[in-house]
This record gives sequence, C-alpha cells and structure tokens, in this order.
Amino acid sequence: MSVIEARGLRKSFGATHALDGIDLRVEDGRILGLIGPNGAGKTTALNAILGLTSFQGDLRVLGRNPWTERDLLMRDVSFIADVAVLPRWIRVSNALDYVGGVHPRFDRAQAERFLTRTSIRSTSKVRELSKGMVAQLHLAIVMAIDARLLVLDEPTLGLDILYRKQFYDSLLNDYFDRNRTIVVTTHQVEEIQDVLTDVVFIDRGRIVLVSSMEEIESRFTESLVSPANLDAARALKPIYERQSLGRSVLLFDRVDRTRLAAIGDVRTPSIADLFVAVVGGRSAQAQGLVQ
Amino acid sequence: MNTSSNAMPDSPVESRQTAATALSPNRPFVWCVRRELWENRSVYLAPLAVAGVLMFGFILSATAGIWESHLRIDATATPDKLADPYGFAAAFILGTAFIVSFFYSIDCLYGERRDRSILFWKSLPVSDLTTVLSKAVIPLVFLPLFSFAVTVVVQYLMLLYSTLVVAASGQSVAMLWSKLHLFQMSSGLLFHLLTVHMLWYTPIYAWLLLVSAWARRAPILWAVLPLAGIGIFERFTFHTTYFANVVLHRFSGPESTHAAGHDSMSSMFSIDAATFFSAPGLWIGLVVAAILLAAAVRLRRYREPI
Repeated sequence: MSVIEARGLRKSFGATHALDGIDLRVEDGRILGLIGPNGAGKTTALNAILGLTSFQGDLRVLGRNPWTERDLLMRDVSFIADVAVLPRWIRVSNALDYVGGVHPRFDRAQAERFLTRTSIRSTSKVRELSKGMVAQLHLAIVMAIDARLLVLDEPTLGLDILYRKQFYDSLLNDYFDRNRTIVVTTHQVEEIQDVLTDVVFIDRGRIVLVSSMEEIESRFTESLVSPANLDAARALKPIYERQSLGRSVLLFDRVDRTRLAAIGDVRTPSIADLFVAVVGGRSAQAQGLVQ
Repeated sequence: MNTSSNAMPDSPVESRQTAATALSPNRPFVWCVRRELWENRSVYLAPLAVAGVLMFGFILSATAGIWESHLRIDATATPDKLADPYGFAAAFILGTAFIVSFFYSIDCLYGERRDRSILFWKSLPVSDLTTVLSKAVIPLVFLPLFSFAVTVVVQYLMLLYSTLVVAASGQSVAMLWSKLHLFQMSSGLLFHLLTVHMLWYTPIYAWLLLVSAWARRAPILWAVLPLAGIGIFERFTFHTTYFANVVLHRFSGPESTHAAGHDSMSSMFSIDAATFFSAPGLWIGLVVAAILLAAAVRLRRYREPI
C-alpha cells in the first residue's frame, strides 16, 4: 500500500483551480519535497492529504479517505501545518499532557528528552517562548509521535538559520527511518535538497515534474560554457540558459554527459536552478513574458 | 547547564509519565474537557470570585448589623426574609455562571480559528464530534454542577456565620436553624439547575456553539442580530410576536408561564418535575439543540484558520 495515492485530485475555489488534476504516488521511506511558487497549490494539496479541505477526485492516505476519516488518519499521520499554531495560552507540560492523553502513539519521555536539549522549560507558556522555541516544541511533540507519515508545510518559515539547520538535523538524525515518510514544502529549497529522496514540482495546480534525486542526477546536467563554445552548446538544445560570472550556464535534459563535458564544465544542477528552469520558464511563458 | 539539567530530569520524568498513563489510558474526551478548563480559567474563576465577594459582603453586612433585624429570631421573623440573602447569593452565582457560559460558548469554536490553533488540534486523532461535545459540556454540565457546588458552600458558610452572630447575641440558634430550610433550598436549587440550566437552556448554548463554529467575524453579533431581525420582521410584517415570544420564553425559563411572582427563589422552584418533563417545549428544544450541535460538528470539519 502506498502512503499517498492521488488520482485526478482537484480542488477549485470559485473559478480558480488550486489543484487541477494531480496524480501522485508516494511510497514508504521517502522524503518528498513539494516545490512550487506561491499559489501553486502546495498548501491546498497538503491540506487535502491531511483532511483539512475537501476535494474532488481520488485520494487515499494510508488507505483512508482523509476528508471523512481525519481523526483515524491522525493516529498515523503527524503534521506541522505552519509555524506558531501551538495555542499561546498552553503550558509546555500541559501540551505534553494533552497530546499524551489523546494520542495513542505519543511517547512523552521521548518528547521530554528532546526538550532537555533545548532551553524550553516545562513550566513556560507558549506565549513566553520565542518563535524558534515554539518550533522546537512543536517538533519535540511531533517527533515523539510514532507516525508513518509526517507532513511539514513551511515548518521553518521565519526562523533564523541556526534553528532551521537544527530543525532538519533533528528530523533526519532522530526521527527519520525507512518505515516513515516525510512530505515537506519550503521556500528554502537549498537547505533541504540534500535531505530529499524525491522532488515534485507543482505549478498552477498541476504537477510539472516528479522525480527521485538519483533520476535528477542522471537526467539533468548543467554545463558552464565559455562564449567560444556557446553555439555548439546551444545546438544540443538546452532547456534553460542563464548567465553566471561571465559564463553561460546551460541546463540540459537527457543529454549525454560526456558530450557536454567536451564543451564545458559539467555538474548536477541544484534543485533551485532546476526549478527555475522547469517551472520558471513555464510560468514566464504563461504570463506572456517569453515568446 | 548541560550536566545539571541532563542529570536531573530522568527519574521525575519517568515517574510522571507512568503516573499520567496510569491515570488516563488515552481518553480523548476527558482530556479535551480538561483542555477547555486550562484555556478558559474564567469558567471556574468567575463564579469563585463572585462567591468570594458575596461572602465578604455578607460578613460585612451581618457584622454591621444590617441583617440583624432578620436575625433577631422571634415569632414575627418569617423564613422568607431570613432566606433572602441566601437566595440572593444563589441568584448571583447562577447569573455569573450564565454570563460565563454565554461568552464561553460564543467564543470557543471561533477562538481556535482566530488564533490558528485549530491546525494543531486537527493534527491530533480527535474527532470533530469529540471536540464539539467537549466544548458543549462546559456550559451544559460543568458550569451548572460547579455553580451548584459553589452556591451550596457559600450558603453553608453564610449559615455558619449567621449561627455565630446569633449565638454571640445570645439568641436561639435552634430557632434560626429551624426557620431556615437550607437543605430544601439546596435540593430545589439542584433541581432548578438540572432542569432549566442543563436541559431547558440547551438550545441556547447549541445555537451559540453553532454560530461560533460558523462566523468569520463578530460571532456575538451573528448570534444576536438574526434573532432580533426575525422578531422585528415578524412584528412589522405580520404584527405578531410569536418568534420573539419563543426566544424570550427560552431565556426566561419554563416556569415563566406558570409563575406569577418575580421573587427569584420562589419562581425557581415553582415547577414540578411532571409539568417540566411533559412540556413539549422542552423536547422540541432538545431536538433543535441536537440539530444545531450536529451542524456545528459538521461545520468544524470545513473550518480553517481565519
């Protein structure tokens, strides 16, 4: 059974199609990055997966319909939908009491162990904590839940770099294993690209690219070409071209690396660059900026 | 920081955890109600505060001799006059509980969306039904029982103090106790709370919860204005006041059609169980309340932060 299985997933708000027919299959043990521009439908897709919004089409998460079975699904799924959704009035110890009371898979001792590594005191109220500490607390709660799927929607938005780094380190070292799946969206793609096993590019409610990281490595090549070789390089039909430090950087899809190496230095593109090439071009075309 | 804070927590943490799990092996409903009380401390603090003020006022006035004429037990002293401050205390505490219930109910399902915490609550395996019922329990069960307990404690403390004053002035304590039927008063109060506050008022709270789950802003206005609007519309279009009467009757309680007097204590107990439970208004109200609550449960599934 797949962790997430979507076929023809749609969601409209009036005339706008937030999700315009999404087909997606996510297997166990993956760390999937859902990447897209603002308004692409990332959050809508995650909300549908989490049972926070209704949808058309077929969607199963761990074999359940998330919209009608949210409470049952949440035994096996955790999520951090946003920074700072922890209620501000709650005391840290009470938050742990409550989650322990309602969640059969919550290991309070583990959450406490994680918190001892932070400067969060169990007598503090959430409103007294800094934004970074609230994120740590939420992470401590979520990591102490033995869930099969963890969904993170911009979990580090507005946090400084130290907290962001710590956040993903903890997640990888203390939480992730082959029986769990993580789906994450973030604007700081560079920070998580080494963590991901799969990426999905989404734009205007549609999936533009689904790929594992290995596949990206073998499929896409970025070549730094000096002006003398530019014509030869362009003849190989790059999907995207940009300037960097006086040289042209050309991105190729399914072009033999040895041929490219003859023209310039080759490397695997970063997710951010690939994203700009694949989605940026499409968006620009759609807006009539590029003919 | 490391050595001390790392070494310390282990044992207390472990023992606290086992205690917590032994105490409640995953009872979401109980924890949801508890959660409501953590968040809304005014729910129990307000009645306690009013009780404190009442006690203080009673002691002051009793000491200053304002009630002395009534405490002077003789043949002319009537039980009614003697019971006045007790009825007054009960009315005040119940009134406070009603106001607290009103504001709690109208805010609870709106507040969790306003502060975005609904996203956290929905990330836990707690159904919308459990959530809404745990919130409904506060005005429908917790507050009536809690205000009953507070009232009884206050009344018996008042009696204790009266006894001291009477004894100190050398009068007959037995006379005071025989004139004041505090136990009947308490059982009457409990009957009133069980019937009126827990059953008759149910549709009021269900309506408030529904509006709280529905409104995107100003839930109090949404709770009040449509009702007032329908009443006014009916008054000017059909020159009748059926709707307004139904609403007012709901607030004034089932006794209002039977009791003529306005005395708080006597009207409170002027209805007997048979009359109360055979009134169609009660059952219609309960059905309406069930529909409103079901709608609130359903609505919460669709609700997002605002």
